Amino acid sequence: MFRSLLFIPANNPSMLQNADIFLCDGVIFDLEDAVGLDEKDNARDLLNTYLTTSPSFPKTILVRVNGVFSDFIDEDLIVLNTGKIDYIVVPKADIDALFILDYKLRRLEDKYHLNSTKLICLLEDSTGINQANEIAMHPRVEGLLLGAEDLTKELEIERTTEGQELIFPRSKVVYACQSQGILSIDTPYTDINDVEGLSFDCQQAKKLGMKAKTAIHPSQIDRIHQVFSPTKEVIEWAKGVVSIVENEHKTLFQFQGKMIDKPVIERAMKILEKAKLFDLL
Amino acid sequence: MMWKAGSLESNDCLVTIKKSSQTTITIDSIVGHLFYDQIYQAIEETLQEENVDQVDVLVRDKGALDYTIRARVRVAIKRMRKDV
Repeated sequence: MFRSLLFIPANNPSMLQNADIFLCDGVIFDLEDAVGLDEKDNARDLLNTYLTTSPSFPKTILVRVNGVFSDFIDEDLIVLNTGKIDYIVVPKADIDALFILDYKLRRLEDKYHLNSTKLICLLEDSTGINQANEIAMHPRVEGLLLGAEDLTKELEIERTTEGQELIFPRSKVVYACQSQGILSIDTPYTDINDVEGLSFDCQQAKKLGMKAKTAIHPSQIDRIHQVFSPTKEVIEWAKGVVSIVENEHKTLFQFQGKMIDKPVIERAMKILEKAKLFDLL
Repeated sequence: MMWKAGSLESNDCLVTIKKSSQTTITIDSIVGHLFYDQIYQAIEETLQEENVDQVDVLVRDKGALDYTIRARVRVAIKRMRKDV
């Protein structure tokens, strides 16, 4: 479970050596768009060496590899041998890419006796968005990440502050994730100097059901956490509900003037689970 | 012919490698007065791990950590091997 994932270019030593001090829930080391074509080998080797020798790491480690059909994918996947990778982020994911990647991963896992690799699929074109349900059903997939920059480019529309153009793809990702019990992760907000815009964008995504958001700069993490963490008031409310359930063994009761039943109790428990995970209790 | 890897950005190093009749290691580092021996050792060990000798290695270091130096030397060697 995350609230925030921070993209870090895998070829940037300054960012790598600080990766464990950023207060995000996970770091995505990027071998794809953030690395120039001539620097892919440099980035891959630096990341591998970092992961095998650094004394400290971020809480959760993700790697965005290059496209499944690119010339770089086989060498990128060798990073799994470090045993440090929690998730592979799959760019331009669709069913075909997932099928090929699954085959490559099974061969690697057999060869090097690795655990099953978990995937976060980046849906950033119309095919990926249309196939969101099928992609979410794949057993390796634990989350879908919306990539709005490439998507709006393909659709020849502009990203706006209001974000109306993202209502459909955000909803599509949210429903696909929710039906499979996996995590929906929102696209990054690309104007790193616009703090209010970021807050608004987080709110819009959360209202539609997104559970987490990606960041492209460490300064965005705090604002993302403010929106995607349960508030103090909500945590207190959840504590109150769960306390009555546990101490009085009731499953249908009134609390603070409102009726509490099974779905509300489950929601309260989920809030406390999140609060515990994010050190908010 | 020379092969390069890395950059002159802060916390990185630029490694240049070329064939030679013997192995020489030259270090130009902003923290050389403190860490010359460790940097030298990282370069020397990486050359040994990759079974490379008879090369001139120049490392222009901007405060890179040990693993960055090793990674950049290794990539310079790989690039050399690709071309030879």
